[in-house]
Amino acid sequence: MRNVYIAGIGQTPVGEHWDSSLTTLAVRALSAARREAELPIQALYVGNALGGEVAGQALLGTTVATAAGLGGIEAMRVEAGGASGGAALRQAYLAVAGGAFDVVAVVGVEKLTDVLEGSIEAALALALDSDYEAAQGLTLTAGWALLQQRYMHVYGYADTAFAPFPVNAHRNGSTNRAAQYRSAISREQVIRSPKVAAPIALLDSSTAADGAAAVIIAAEQVVRKLSGPRIRVAGSALASAPLALGARRDLLWLEAAEQSAQGALKQAGVRHADVDVLELSDQHGIVAALSLEAGGFVERGMAPQAAADNLIAREGTLPIATFGGCKARGDAPGALGVYQIVELTQQLRGTSGANQVADARVAFAQCLGGLGATAATHVLVRED
Amino acid sequence: MQLAKHWRLKGSRYRLEGARHPHTGAICFPRPADAAEWEAVPLSGQGVVESFAAAGKAADGFADDAVMALVRLAEGPIITAQLTDVALDEVKIDMPVEMVTRKLRDLGPEGLIVYGYKFRPLLVER
Repeated sequence: MRNVYIAGIGQTPVGEHWDSSLTTLAVRALSAARREAELPIQALYVGNALGGEVAGQALLGTTVATAAGLGGIEAMRVEAGGASGGAALRQAYLAVAGGAFDVVAVVGVEKLTDVLEGSIEAALALALDSDYEAAQGLTLTAGWALLQQRYMHVYGYADTAFAPFPVNAHRNGSTNRAAQYRSAISREQVIRSPKVAAPIALLDSSTAADGAAAVIIAAEQVVRKLSGPRIRVAGSALASAPLALGARRDLLWLEAAEQSAQGALKQAGVRHADVDVLELSDQHGIVAALSLEAGGFVERGMAPQAAADNLIAREGTLPIATFGGCKARGDAPGALGVYQIVELTQQLRGTSGANQVADARVAFAQCLGGLGATAATHVLVRED
Repeated sequence: MQLAKHWRLKGSRYRLEGARHPHTGAICFPRPADAAEWEAVPLSGQGVVESFAAAGKAADGFADDAVMALVRLAEGPIITAQLTDVALDEVKIDMPVEMVTRKLRDLGPEGLIVYGYKFRPLLVER
């Protein structure tokens, strides 16, 4: 396998882009990444969760490639729910590391706001077990709420214990110009907010919206010519677990998150203590909490305590949501995995301004599909 | 309309039909994707609440005010279902519940009305 490096990044803000189509958002992010990389793109993988169902457009790989003036190249959509962006990067990584291509583009894109909320919930629920969860009326948010209630029962936390996660996310989002929500919020505001799906609070719940992010990756011989610190994709892994909660061995353990984290860290030759900055699926505090535990970064049942102790802040030992995470940067489901790479690349380059994690050299990105039924993990390492 | 999709599920939806492995005796719900080696077995419909939550904003066709639960059935499997005849603040983990048949989803004049299992607090201790 060949070494693979980040050659360019681009993104649009996450938000309600009424005047932009899915294709426009994708091309905008891809164009920004191409201006940085200045390399000929040989293949394109589009990470997208709901383009067919909500935007009404299939063949998204070809659609975006053609619109970006890349007609003729290998192009396809990769779908893995909220892990689509990470899964698309995984395919691109395999293509470059395996020697099929030298330069590959990845675009994560989602366009949801063309339809009403009930239709968005129905579309997002496609990542649940269709016959035995979604058909019973479960939504993604309610699924995480079931896990939070069980977590509170087993480990003895109140629902207020998850407030530090959105507080941290909003603090970091307040200085991110591409964030959907750029206001800090207090613990009291989170606790006093109404429940969106009890026990989950409104201010601990991301808003699914539109956005696109792009990354161009390239083989070592190509990036030798690029200036600046080199960011290597040192680990890449994807794992799966049962979609239905009832089919899992342990409700409070995200097996796919554990497996893909271990796989990516092992491939990168990186220990947990070496990781300087993380981006996780964090639509709600419970998602980040279960991810931190399954990833091996904190002990079982200790994630809310770690958040209360401020370990997840930029100055802590486990900084997460450094540009606002799903809660404040915004939640464009199929694009999440690529937004994470765009943000972590800035962290490793040292160009994150007010959002910079000091001396970041090793970064960990993980995105989940469904209720953790799919997990894509990538480890980035700065080489000087 | 997806008539066939719902018709296929009639055993599990209306009888809470699971599957038993003839050699190991293992019981599962739902039935395995390819259940050729398994025998159908109706489950008792008795269970306890493993977890619960407000459904929040519902997907199209579902009521917004539903109470969702994970129910651990007496035979072992955990299933996802709505609770009925009970308010959210009355629900507790480990509360005994039993299966009833209720309307799950109504997609309007042009769509199907889907019936299936929900769970309510156990009325009589057995």
